[in-house]
Amino acid sequence: MSNPAQILKTQPPKVAFWRKGPKEVSEEERHLPLGKQLLLQLLCLFVAFTVMFPILWVVSLSLDPRDIARPDKFRLIPPGASLKAYQRVLDKPTANPVTFTELALNQFKLAGGTAVFSIFIGLLAAYSFSRFEFKGRKALMLGVVTVLMLPSIATIAPLFVLLNGINVVWGDLSFNMRNSLIGVGIAVAAGQLPFSIWNLKGYLDTIPRELEEAARIDGASPNQMFLRIVLPLAMPAIAVTGFLVFNTAWTEFVMSWQFLTNPKDFTLAMSLWNMTGTYSGDTPWSAFAAMALMVAAPVAAVYLLLQKYIVGGLTLGSVK
Amino acid sequence: MATMTNGMPPMMKEERPVNAWWRRTSYTRAAYSYLIPAAIVMALITFYPMLYQVWMSFTDFGIANLRRGSVAPNYVGIQNYLDILPDKISIAGIEIDTPGTGKLGAKVQNFVFLRVLGFNLVWTIANVPIHIVLGVLIALLLNTPGLWGKRIYRAIYILPIVLPWLVVATVWRNMFDQDNGSINLMLASIGNLFNIPPEVFRIRWMENIYPPVKWLLPGIPLPLSFYAMLLTNIWMGWPFNTIIATGALQSIPKDLYEAASIDGASGRQQFFSITVPLLRPAMIPAAMVGTIITFNLFNAIYFMSGGGPLRMTQIMVTTAYDLVNAQRLYGMAAAFCVIIFFVLLVLTLITNRVTQATERYDV
Repeated sequence: MSNPAQILKTQPPKVAFWRKGPKEVSEEERHLPLGKQLLLQLLCLFVAFTVMFPILWVVSLSLDPRDIARPDKFRLIPPGASLKAYQRVLDKPTANPVTFTELALNQFKLAGGTAVFSIFIGLLAAYSFSRFEFKGRKALMLGVVTVLMLPSIATIAPLFVLLNGINVVWGDLSFNMRNSLIGVGIAVAAGQLPFSIWNLKGYLDTIPRELEEAARIDGASPNQMFLRIVLPLAMPAIAVTGFLVFNTAWTEFVMSWQFLTNPKDFTLAMSLWNMTGTYSGDTPWSAFAAMALMVAAPVAAVYLLLQKYIVGGLTLGSVK
Repeated sequence: MATMTNGMPPMMKEERPVNAWWRRTSYTRAAYSYLIPAAIVMALITFYPMLYQVWMSFTDFGIANLRRGSVAPNYVGIQNYLDILPDKISIAGIEIDTPGTGKLGAKVQNFVFLRVLGFNLVWTIANVPIHIVLGVLIALLLNTPGLWGKRIYRAIYILPIVLPWLVVATVWRNMFDQDNGSINLMLASIGNLFNIPPEVFRIRWMENIYPPVKWLLPGIPLPLSFYAMLLTNIWMGWPFNTIIATGALQSIPKDLYEAASIDGASGRQQFFSITVPLLRPAMIPAAMVGTIITFNLFNAIYFMSGGGPLRMTQIMVTTAYDLVNAQRLYGMAAAFCVIIFFVLLVLTLITNRVTQATERYDV
């Protein structure tokens, strides 16, 4: 409402940005003079080059067959191709004794868990905010928006301290909440829940109430209206919001890096950082490049598929 | 339809008052029952930690107090806040004493609160206009009627958005590496064409402490790493604005341009009288969202320069993380985060005001 992203959401492009233009060849189209066409093509190609430059460089690094620690020459096309770097990353990406699969599984647990949790709880709250008038509605919504404004780092100190104070003993299982994926998940969900409530509420507000009015006249209870009418209609928003939360948690670094100490719990994001910069040690850059691409590929692919639904939510999602 | 009773059974008169109350509140009960899970969860994991943070900010919470059953931290009042703020502020050569003691500056080398805040604002102000202008220009370019390969270009230009920030930032960090980074290697191979020795292009992007443009903002030095991160964030930032601008451009009715050209308006006049005012209501909110995002852009700073060299490129959120992660001054970090909260509150109120003021347009 008063959130800028909310206003943005009301003006999404009507068709997917990159799939635009099924029938763009009109009469007008052919009239661009050749000189101007070439000039504009040069411009477009230059922009495309700047966009592709880092991507080509990373792909080229990851395919480099020479097994060298660092690139010695500037090239965007590798001298031959080999999947050795990918093999290496799959086996043992960092100095820690964990495989890529274990890391990915940890990351998936964290991202999937956070997404399911915040969608489930968030949808119920969103329905309540969107469809009911009750005491304290305004105040509660203001609370949600306030948290939305804060980046997740702004609550890391208390979450760290509080979760550190919780030791879970459950049968044979005994662990410190802070030093576990569940703890990280809670910390991430604390930031993602307001986002999913707000994003879902924004969508539920657009579902016409007439459907529910009609159902109520036919004697449907609020539960039935929620399950039979709102839930099916909200599926696209659930998918997109869920993905955005998943996406955030898939590259979640701040909390995991601060909380986790046991290599068995480490995530992809942490390992990627371990393979670059200060911590890289003797990790060859080809392995780093392969890792970077393997971390990015799944979410990038889904992003492209969902892109036309995302634009609005994106702005809000990236605040956290 | 004559039997429509809003679900009230005809037996109502004989009901006991408790039952009537139960029935009357069914609507409210439903509302709260949907809300309760989120309310409980958020109270526990969001609002309680926030309150706890305020309490922590008045203590000297450190590693010694971390372990369960260890001594409670000491209450220090507003000392943490005073320690964060500097003891002197000098504006245009005039030194003003403040109640701050600047002790954090003594504990954490090169920490100067006002410089962090100042740099954070400079970082935001430098980024957002470039993103918007580039985004709009490229959207206009792609909107040229008759341009070949629009769909291919659009598919390529979307790529920075779909890549996770973590990956982008780590990759660009390696690209700006002094010896092996693609930027320096590329510059060297271009320089080779002009017989410039490759040693010239061993630019220490992330470590060089001398600002390349000395006269620019003397109080807030902008080292090379600032420009490197600016470049990265431009790469990451403009495509989103292009999407927004494309959407807005395509919703401008074509008749407006036709009418204008019949009336003899030049292309330039059409651009400034039709395109710009009709783009504004879409681009201003995008700019405001971009402002908040850029202000809090942890990923770019932390993964690329790490706030360096000499903490010159630390922003508020990276400083907060540093206080927790590296310095382990939890109480101090809590106080710092409370300050962040108020800074962001002001920033959000300003951006909301701007957004609302420009929501509508007059042609």
